[in-house]
Amino acid sequence: MGNNGLMNLTQMRSGQHGIVVDIQGGFGMTDRLNALGVRTGKRISKISSMVGRGPVTIELDRVQIAIGFNMAKRIVVEMDRL
Amino acid sequence: MKKILLVGNPNVGKSALFSRLTGVRTTVSNYTGTTISYTKGFMKLGGEKAEIIDVPGTYTLEPTSDAERIALKMLDEGDIVINVVNATNLERSLYLTLQLLEKNIPVVIALNIWDDTKHRGIHIDLEKLRDLLGVPTIPTVALTGEGIKDLVESIPEALPKKNPQITRDERWVEIGSIIEQVQHIDRRHHRLSEKMQDASVKPFSGAIIAAIVLVGSFFVIRFIGEGLINYVLDPLFNRLWAPVIIKLSDILGGGGVLHNILVGKIYGDEISFVESFGILSSGLYVPLVMVLPYIISFYFVLGILEDIGYLPRLAVLMDTIMHWLGLHGYAIIPTLLGLGCNVPAILATRILESNRERFIASTLVSIAVPCAALQAMVFGLVGKHGGQYVAMVYGTLFIVWVLMGIILNRFLKGFSPELLIEIPPYRLPLLRTVLQKMWMRIRGFLAEAIPIILGAIFVINILYSLGAFNGIANVTAPIVTGVLGLPKEAVTSLILGFLRKDVALGMLAPLALAPKQLVIASVVLAMSFPCIATFVVLLKELGLYGLLKATGIMIFSALFVGGILNLIL
Repeated sequence: MGNNGLMNLTQMRSGQHGIVVDIQGGFGMTDRLNALGVRTGKRISKISSMVGRGPVTIELDRVQIAIGFNMAKRIVVEMDRL
Repeated sequence: MKKILLVGNPNVGKSALFSRLTGVRTTVSNYTGTTISYTKGFMKLGGEKAEIIDVPGTYTLEPTSDAERIALKMLDEGDIVINVVNATNLERSLYLTLQLLEKNIPVVIALNIWDDTKHRGIHIDLEKLRDLLGVPTIPTVALTGEGIKDLVESIPEALPKKNPQITRDERWVEIGSIIEQVQHIDRRHHRLSEKMQDASVKPFSGAIIAAIVLVGSFFVIRFIGEGLINYVLDPLFNRLWAPVIIKLSDILGGGGVLHNILVGKIYGDEISFVESFGILSSGLYVPLVMVLPYIISFYFVLGILEDIGYLPRLAVLMDTIMHWLGLHGYAIIPTLLGLGCNVPAILATRILESNRERFIASTLVSIAVPCAALQAMVFGLVGKHGGQYVAMVYGTLFIVWVLMGIILNRFLKGFSPELLIEIPPYRLPLLRTVLQKMWMRIRGFLAEAIPIILGAIFVINILYSLGAFNGIANVTAPIVTGVLGLPKEAVTSLILGFLRKDVALGMLAPLALAPKQLVIASVVLAMSFPCIATFVVLLKELGLYGLLKATGIMIFSALFVGGILNLIL
């Protein structure tokens, strides 16, 4: 695990849960993510990631969202303590 | 006349609601971006006729794609908004709702997919929600029609709210507070369909599911298409129509210009409907017997995949590969649509974010994705010589698709954006909606293809009888024969390909080509000029410069690939 249990979406393992604490992107990217419900403070769980720098699929509010690798890398999640 | 706009997030059932309100059939699927331009219809509202407009889905009034820009523009022209909200995902839907309530326009809210809230353990306090939003809020189930009457009755009650404009963060805070007060969700375990949902986006299980779905689709499409041809339409045509044609041929004296135009060439007593090339023989046989069965089977299977909600999952699986081609995974949807017809496929590229992506996707579709009409003819004419030749055509086009994408991605300025999509839950497709959608698409095919096919055959016959093609054939012989290894007369078919790919391939039948030549001709026909209908939408979507660029790429690559095939086969 990284510092303080912080990880980006691509580093998380499938099945892990956490809370989005930071979206490191410009307004355009943040807007698009917000519109789909991905915002700081949101609880998410990771469903899967595709091989070969493929998209990450997460679930939040019972909805699944697929996020391209390079965008997923910039979404920081604080992991639940086990 | 009042203009009523249906506005809401993608895939919340706006088009289904539109059909309910107007009785007009529209395409309804289970993925975001089915409606890429607006559809208009009419309904009765308190004795008056009102216009109702199905606006493409948008998450916010700050647009991020062309489809969303269209939605925003429409908003200035409307009188009333029906804000269609996904009741199973209230929190996210409310962002757009709050933005709409800040505008000077009356809003009614349709809480759609209401039936799903019950079995998903979502409880919504309707009264409270109505109080907090201050506008009519009606639960609806557009697919079954529940709540539609109440919705219509509430429209006159709507008044503009004109809430003060607040910032993005303030909106989210307000939504948080609304959700806290009106929504309660039971915790529950994953159901089987949810497990399937997860499996289809995991690398290993996802790939297996995709392989089963795609291979299965292919065999079902072939099975239905072939079955309809061999057991229904071909026997019908031969038993009922052939005697009429033979009679007509006798009446017309068995020859002459009129005979050639109507009946075509007859060798002996037997008539070959593929080769005769008359308006009433090939002109009907090709579209109705050879192509239509595959149109039916393709759109039936596609409709089922669309309504289940499988396509966005395929987009996730294909994302990495699509990035090599300068696209992201969602471009697989226009590509699959292209296997039916290139025209809706190119329109569907509007769901992609940038012009660069749209150019790449449109060019790849028109070069390397053969439409159902052409594929049906490939099965019919090339398949006669053996499946391996059909495989050669598909294999070549697939390689061209990949290589051309890599080349375009390398040489066009810019980069490919990242995939970001909602994956809808699996839904059981309703046979009625699947059949309705299939029928709409078949009607589109019949209305567009048959006049062009009949017209093309008429014109070609006239030009033949005037001897116009001999001159052209001699001029183009160095390319057609020298480079492609086809008889020089094949040039007429390649030219006709500009009108319709199916009749064009049919024209090659009398030339008795070797299987290898048929493979080359099929590939060149698929890759070169788009047919006229595709040409028109390319012009509309890419502009003149984009169209010329795309066409140049097509002609050059068609000759290049055709020449290579001639050398190696």
